[in-house]
Formats: sequence, structure tokens, C-alpha cells
Amino acid sequence: MNILLLSVIVIIYLFIVGYLAWIAYRKTTTASDYLIAGRNANPFVMAVSYGATFISTSAIVGFGGAAAVFGMGILWLAFMNVLVGIFIAFVFFGKRTRTMGLNLNAHTFPELLGLRYQSRFLQGFSGLMILVAMPLYAAVVLMGGAQFIAQVLSIDYSTALFFFTIIIAIYVIMGGLKGVMYTDAFQGSVMFIGMLILLILTYVKLGGVMTAHTKLTAMTPLAVEIFGAKGHTGWTSFPALGSENWYNLVTSIILGVGIGVLAQPQLVVRFMTVKSNREMNRAVLVGGIFTLITIGVTYVVGPLTNVYFYEHPSFQNISFLAANKVVDNIIPLYISTAMPQWFTIIFMVTLLSAAMSTLSSQFHTMGTAAGRDVYEKWLGGKGSTIIITKMGILVTILISLLLAWGLPLFFEGGTAIIARGTAIFFGLCAASFLPMFVGGLYSKRINKHAALWGFMAGFLVSLFWLFFIHIKESQSLLVCKALFGVDSLAVGTMWTVVDPLVVALPVSILVTLVAGFLGKPLPKEHIDKCFTGIK
Amino acid sequence: MTILGLGDFNVSLVFILLILSTLLCVIYGLVKWNEDGDKISGKEKQWDKEEKNIEETL
Repeated sequence: MNILLLSVIVIIYLFIVGYLAWIAYRKTTTASDYLIAGRNANPFVMAVSYGATFISTSAIVGFGGAAAVFGMGILWLAFMNVLVGIFIAFVFFGKRTRTMGLNLNAHTFPELLGLRYQSRFLQGFSGLMILVAMPLYAAVVLMGGAQFIAQVLSIDYSTALFFFTIIIAIYVIMGGLKGVMYTDAFQGSVMFIGMLILLILTYVKLGGVMTAHTKLTAMTPLAVEIFGAKGHTGWTSFPALGSENWYNLVTSIILGVGIGVLAQPQLVVRFMTVKSNREMNRAVLVGGIFTLITIGVTYVVGPLTNVYFYEHPSFQNISFLAANKVVDNIIPLYISTAMPQWFTIIFMVTLLSAAMSTLSSQFHTMGTAAGRDVYEKWLGGKGSTIIITKMGILVTILISLLLAWGLPLFFEGGTAIIARGTAIFFGLCAASFLPMFVGGLYSKRINKHAALWGFMAGFLVSLFWLFFIHIKESQSLLVCKALFGVDSLAVGTMWTVVDPLVVALPVSILVTLVAGFLGKPLPKEHIDKCFTGIK
Repeated sequence: MTILGLGDFNVSLVFILLILSTLLCVIYGLVKWNEDGDKISGKEKQWDKEEKNIEETL
């Protein structure tokens, strides 16, 4: 690859990002500008920012690699992302969140929950959960971005990590959510173009849509021979019902991420940034197309790489074996060997955009959780909201930076931690926040007790499942081994591959419903205020 | 029944559903393009004013 040309393009790219951040900085004068973009975001900017925040490097490289192993059954996640992550999220959650957030003068997701249930503790504890769990998610995205920059520019990982963090930190701290959303819109547009070109070039390379799919279907006996024991039935069909692959694909990937998207603090806050529900309607159109292309392409191209590697005289093997059994290397290897030079550079900028757009939102959300939700509202700290939030962002960035620097030392070569870190955070948020979030938007009877108990049940069951049952985590965390002498309490059963969300979310919903009958309902005046303007 | 050279009904179905769900988003956005076009509260205005005072003091 031409390093000089790539460097010039990256500098131009960073110049555009810097210019957009400067515009945002000039337009940020109030605390509501800094926290929720002044409730006046353009629907295109909001929708693309939402999508770009959701899709990180791990979604393209990690899940693209997973698609190359699991096959096109992973397209059920793309379908969930469009139907649940965009249509249901915007139409059934977004509009009510925007209106209720305005009625209650809420500026963060924990603040919305705290004001809805009249509980400072709930706001503070939700903020604290974000502070504990999100730095790990931010660290793995940071790791993915820094590893990729270090590899492409042939520089040291620590150097790449440091400069990558500094660049994002500057525009998040200076521009607040406006800075995040303006740059997201540009980065999301780059991702959209990059992924669309990738789809076209892949089908052209493999002889067209029908030919490519037919060739991949013809490779089914090979898939069954190599992965058959785990339930693989071919790259253009779904894994065998009840097999290990089926549980991994359905519970961890399709349900874990597909439902988890509904209760992500950094995504929910986007709903509070638009002026009216008309903007939300328009954002549905933009978000649907954006998600289809950026995510759909990843999950179609991933499996098709098997055809390319199998036909290539230097590899003559399936993607997993061509990439030396390192799933995260499949997409980069495919891009560098199958695609023209000019596209390699476009794809590099696409991946850079995916990492930066996700990280900027994570930094902003962690900062508002630390500054606004925990320090200012829960602990009663005094001072300027903007300055407190900036300090919160700075502290949480440093924590994420330390984690991203330290994690590779403990998980040698283990970039699989990038995809797992993402899935863990999504599942934890869904199990903890989703029942009280949905209840708060739709039920006038739900009370503070129900919200608190449901939240705690979802959070604690998730942690128990991660530490003692789900073998991918319990084996690495070593707590189960130390206490009981086994990697998982369910060893030898299929429960070891069932994602925490599948158990924790139903428990959380059940506890929320039961606890709703205890404790007194919230005052009628408060409920009327919450639901003003909600049809 | 399969389409586009795919291997089974399940994956053929999800291809169709993916396109249909995107069309749902597009049609909804177009139909509702100009609907629901409905006020910064006094509390928020006051808060922004206090913010500016603190910033200026610092």
C-alpha cells in the first residue's frame, strides 16, 4: 500500500473532522447545547450519527469475520437492526423519549430515568453502571482502532493508541454532543460510501449476485466437513436447530445485539436532540437505508470471502483457515488481497470513521454520566455543568486509555475480546435498563420500586451469568474456577453458550412486573406532566 | 423454496425481510415527512442563564 498517499488522505480526513468540530464548538454556548445538541439537530445528522455510533470497527471487522464463519444466517441481525434498531426504536421509543425528555427537562438517559421515577438514586446508580461498564466497551473499540492504525501505518501500538485518543478527546471535550454529531454525520457518510463500493466490487469479482451465491452454496459439503460438529449446514443456510453454532448465533449475536441496541445510553440520548417528532419521522428513512447498507453489506460480504479464498491459487481454502484461524483477520486479509489499491485506502478511512464515530459518543456518554448524573445530580456537586462534564469526559477517557493499553497485555493476541466486550455491554444495558425504560414510556402505573428492583435484578443476574455460567467469560475471569474448581457451573450443558441477556432480561421484566404491585404509585400530577403531548 | 442461489428457506426469507423492513422505513419516512411538526421550558432558560454566569465568573 502507498503509505504516502494514505497519510495524505488521512490528514485531509482529519482536517475535515477538525473543521466540523470547530463549527460545533462555535455553536455550543449553553449546557443543553453541550449535553443534547440544543434539541435542534437535523434529522439526517441525527440518523447518521445514531447509525455511525452503533457501528464500530468491531461491527465491520469482528462481526464481518464472524459472518465468514457462521454464514448468511447472521443476516437476521441485520434485519433486527433495521426493524428493531431503527423502525421500532425511532417510532415507538424515540418519539416518546423526545417528548418526555422535553417535559421533564432531561439531558441524559440516566437523568430521564431518574426524573421519570422521581429518584436521584436511580439517576446516580444508572450513571455509575455506565461508568463501570462503558470504559471496557470504549477500551475494546479503542483497541480495535489503535491496532488497525498501528498495522496500517507501521507504527507502535502505544503511539497509535495515544494519538488516536488525543484527537477524539479534543473534539469531544471542545464541541460536546454537537461536535460528536457533526463529525459522526461526516464519518457515517464515509462508511456508507465505503461499504456500498465494497458490495459492488465483491459481486463483480465473484461473477455477479446469482453466480456468487451459487458458488457459496456449492461449498456446503466443505462447511459441513470442517464445522459440521458445531451445527454448521453451509454458508447460505442457517445452523442446525439446538446446535452450539445455533445458540451462539441466535442468543449472543442476533438477540444480544439485536435487542441490546434499544437501551444503549449513547443511542437513546440521540432521540432528545431533535426539535420535533417530524424530524424523527424523517430520520427513520435515513436510518433504514444507512443501516441496510453499512450492516447488511458486512454480513453478505463476510460469507462470500469463502468463495474468493477457495478459488484463489495462493489460498485454496475457506476464509477461517486462510486467515490462520484468526476471525478478526478475515476481512482485512480479503480487502488487502482481493480489492484494488485505491479501494484499500477508502476502506482504511471507512474503518477509521467507524472507530472514531463510536468512540466519540462513548466518551461523551461516560463524561455526562460522571459529571452530570453522578457528581452533579446524585452527589449534589456544585459548579458549571459544562465544566463538570468536560472533567468527567477527561477522567473517563484516561480510564479507557489505560484499559486499552493494559488489556492486550492480559489477552495475548485476543482480539476476540473486541466483539465480546461489545456484546457484554449491549446485553448488560438491555437487561438493566430496558424494562424500566419501556415501562416509563408506556405505563402510567409503573412506580419507583418496580424500576429499581427490575434494574438491580437485570444487572445482578447478568453479572452472575458472566462470572459463573457463560463459559466464554467465566473461563477468562477465573472466579468460578477459584471458588468451585470448574470453568462454569453449567459445564457439560448448552447453558454455557446461552448469552446472559436471554436469562437476565426475562428475569428483569418479571421482577419489574411483580415489584410494580408493591410500593405506592407516583403522584398523578407528575404522571400527567410526564405524558403531556404523548398520544 | 430458495431465491438468489441461496442454500435454504431461512436465509432466503431473511433476505426478503431485510429488504421489506428497509422499505418500511423508507415509506414511513416519506408518508410522515411533514407530520408531527410540534418549547424550551423556563427552567431550562434559567439554567442556561446560570451556566453563562458561572462561565463568565470563571
